[in-house]
Amino acid sequence: MKTALHTDAIEARDAAVRIGGRLIWEHLDLSIGSGQFVAVLGPNGAGKSTLVNTVLGLLPLAAGALSVLGTDPGTRNAEIGYLPQRRSFDAGLRVRGVDVVRLGLDGDKWGLPRPGRRRNEEARRRVAEVIDLVDAAAYADRPVGEVSGGEQQRILIAQALVRRPVLLLLDEPLDSLDLPNQAAVAALVARICRTEGVTVVMVAHDVNPILPYLDHVVYLGRGGAVSGSPADVITSETLTRLFGTPIEVLQAADGRLVVVGQPEPPAYHVDRHQHP
Amino acid sequence: MSGAHFSWDLLDDVRQLFQFPFMVNAFRAGTIVAVVAGAIGWFMVIRRQAFAGHTLALVGFPGAAGAVWLGVSAAWGFFAFCGAAALVIAALRPQRGEGYSEESAGIGVVQAFALACGFLFVSLYRGFLNGVNALLFGSFLGITNAQVLALLVVGVTALVALGAVGRPLLFASVDPDVAAARGVDVRKLSVLFLVLLGLTVAEVSQITGTLLVFALLVMPPATAQLLTPRPAVSLVVTVGVALLVTWLGLAVAYFTPYPIGFFVTSFAFAAYVGAGLLRRRPLRVRAVA
Repeated sequence: MKTALHTDAIEARDAAVRIGGRLIWEHLDLSIGSGQFVAVLGPNGAGKSTLVNTVLGLLPLAAGALSVLGTDPGTRNAEIGYLPQRRSFDAGLRVRGVDVVRLGLDGDKWGLPRPGRRRNEEARRRVAEVIDLVDAAAYADRPVGEVSGGEQQRILIAQALVRRPVLLLLDEPLDSLDLPNQAAVAALVARICRTEGVTVVMVAHDVNPILPYLDHVVYLGRGGAVSGSPADVITSETLTRLFGTPIEVLQAADGRLVVVGQPEPPAYHVDRHQHP
Repeated sequence: MSGAHFSWDLLDDVRQLFQFPFMVNAFRAGTIVAVVAGAIGWFMVIRRQAFAGHTLALVGFPGAAGAVWLGVSAAWGFFAFCGAAALVIAALRPQRGEGYSEESAGIGVVQAFALACGFLFVSLYRGFLNGVNALLFGSFLGITNAQVLALLVVGVTALVALGAVGRPLLFASVDPDVAAARGVDVRKLSVLFLVLLGLTVAEVSQITGTLLVFALLVMPPATAQLLTPRPAVSLVVTVGVALLVTWLGLAVAYFTPYPIGFFVTSFAFAAYVGAGLLRRRPLRVRAVA
């Protein structure tokens, strides 16, 4: 467990966001310590991705205060690894996984990379290192459109990690993965969070695959926003109030918590994020 | 070509090829065009903007026809119309999201109107039909030194601009959301790329004609992307294929009475089919990253 000795990675006080006059959420109080694994949960349209966008400084607050890595949102984005809600790569895209990761490292720089230069060699080494970290070496040289969804997700996590971020924002990385891959990617992210000391904020639909690893939970729902430790927030009565629909938290025989009755992930995701 | 006779003495054939200044200019122009088309076309294929490229080519047709009608060189018509149309397509692009599919309706509108204008200019000109054929299917006759210079200046400008933005452009093409989060101005790059594409299409049209620009814009990158997923290698192979099919096309067209567009397109098609067959073999070269 991380202690309060660390400075807060993200801190919000009574924060609210409006988009086009519509209130997305309000009265959000957050205190996320550095190195924590945090889940942002809630039903569709609750503003989970909106929260990620405010942390990136892409959306202003309507009220309250928000500090990210000790300063205003948007100022330290270079130290934030971001994995947007995805979209998988087109099956015909003939670019390798290593190229996608490499673009995450220096794709925003002008000009073309010059082979043979020392900086180029260092970049290569860093890319290889981070691909090993996510266990993607076996398929990183294949066209990224041809590898499976779970493998693409690992490549993308490597891309988000390649600049050694101190904060990782993952917007529904488990979406569209099958159950074994959800568990594997969740375990991978948790491992990176522990070994690299990165603060991880993961937006998720289904809390179950990540529940064993969480330090902190933010629930955005129609009944308001609640933030706290999993033990405090993930209870039948809190979730039922937030979702406005009966939800039960059960304890499995091995002690793990299981959330039952939360809204199923929708079968179609088409325009959900055009009205965040 | 009258007087040109293909023989098995290849040295003599090459001597014959470069015997007239117009043919030397055709090779100069073809070389410039092939390099630019390969490089820009590679990005066009990665960005899936072939429809925009095709429309720009068709817009070149009324431009060139209008220029001929007004008595100016067709080249200026190509450059002016393709450049302007690139800006129009950029303006039509939806502000949010990188949905290439949404822009297709707007592009289709531009395309239909351009073709209609082209035929109007052609009927106003009442010139001999051969002129229209050259505009649509290409010609390598009568390329002047001034035209070669214009192709060179525009081509080098496009390549320098592409070199400067190459990396962020690839980032924005492959992964627009993350690129935007990393501070890449995806929207401005997309406008810049459309303008570069417009200029390139104008260049290619002057060799292959407006209907066959894809012979150099799509076929070489498609061939290269079949062969390798490594961006740098793929780009080099693209330019190589474009140069090869252009040179071969010029040479064969010189010794036969048939239009150059047909030969360039056929050779490029052969390269694509060959690459496809090569890839079907189980042989997979392991990349040494």
